[in-house]
Amino acid sequence: MIAVAAILLSDLFAVVMLFGVYSLLTAVLFMNLDAVDVAFTEAAVGAGVTTVLMLSSLHLTKRWEALPRRKPLISLLVVGITGAALVYAVQDAPLLGDPSAPVHQHVTPRYVEQGATEVGMPNLVTAVLASYRGYDTFGETVVIFTAGLAVMLLLGIQDCSRMRPGVSAIGDQVVLRSVVKVLLPLILLFGLYVQFHGDFGAGGGFQAGVIFATAFVLYDLVFGDGSARAVVPPGWLHRLAALGVLIYGGVGVYSLLAGRAFLDYSALAADPVHGQHLGVLLVELGVGIAVFSVVLLIFYAFAGRGHCR
Amino acid sequence: MTAIFEILSGLCLFLGGVLCVTGGVGLLRMPDFYARVHASGVTETLAAPLLLFGLALQMEWSLDLVKVFMILILVLATNPTATHAMAKATLHGGQRPLVFDNDKGTKGDDSSKP
Repeated sequence: MIAVAAILLSDLFAVVMLFGVYSLLTAVLFMNLDAVDVAFTEAAVGAGVTTVLMLSSLHLTKRWEALPRRKPLISLLVVGITGAALVYAVQDAPLLGDPSAPVHQHVTPRYVEQGATEVGMPNLVTAVLASYRGYDTFGETVVIFTAGLAVMLLLGIQDCSRMRPGVSAIGDQVVLRSVVKVLLPLILLFGLYVQFHGDFGAGGGFQAGVIFATAFVLYDLVFGDGSARAVVPPGWLHRLAALGVLIYGGVGVYSLLAGRAFLDYSALAADPVHGQHLGVLLVELGVGIAVFSVVLLIFYAFAGRGHCR
Repeated sequence: MTAIFEILSGLCLFLGGVLCVTGGVGLLRMPDFYARVHASGVTETLAAPLLLFGLALQMEWSLDLVKVFMILILVLATNPTATHAMAKATLHGGQRPLVFDNDKGTKGDDSSKP
């Protein structure tokens, strides 16, 4: 229903707000399905950072959606046929939690039964994400890095002399500044906690990187344009993003050089379980660094443009 | 002792629920933006901590209780700030609150009635 309203409205400001609500509801739905890590990431990314980024881009474009010039009948036909085919295919899908579903055969029993002993961490999601399916997570990290790269190539970060760090656009912000000054160290600490606690509870590199970047975005929003840029210059972020991907790939190449398969963490230490721990730690660190720098880079690219005309 | 806790917890949860409903009704029905922001602020700043406190009364001393108290403090600190930020941004944008002039009986100018 929210999605339908988001499509039908032409006030893009309201649409951005609706997207935030939609992300929050999806996070609640994931919590209902007992997928805590995914809900965490969805809430942090969808209801947090994406709303700010979309609002920044709204500041650069028009607020009201332009009406389409002609009726898109062919695309409606294509979408209708594809949607009908998908709905027809879903009828055949197994019920949620059905033990005889194909998802629960093959590799999954091995993950569930031997994950705790082979990888040695209580959070099975992190074990699967970082160790058993580490190659896919490497692909995700490279995709995030490529997105940041594309934004840098297409938009770039404008070097603005009209930015005034420390001066907020609205005026004297006594209440906001005091509260945010107290909150920022807590947010950064929480980001670090989520990063390193991902082995035991919900968490991991993606959520931690987003939370860490959100602290800097909040600082920039409250304390004036260009404040975050004065603290973390864009040049650092370019190198940090590459460093994150390099750490991840470096772990894989090191295991190759040690004679095992790519991203086989048991080559990292004498005891295989210790090697798994070390490998997951390094890999999540790489993911966290890459996500943090890319999110902050995208924010820099969007947020500073409007004032440089 | 536990009976008192249970009664108090039930009362807190009920009050929190009632305030959530009235906050929601106020969000939809108030005529002015500032009144709506106030309604949503009541929901966030009073109803959510009451609900959290009611839940905390039903738990025994454990790490989860400390976490609930931390969430309560965070909610109490951030939600009034958010309400303040919204109202201040609207004031900066130019909308003035809807006022009724008592001696003339007419509405003030530049009102934010939609």
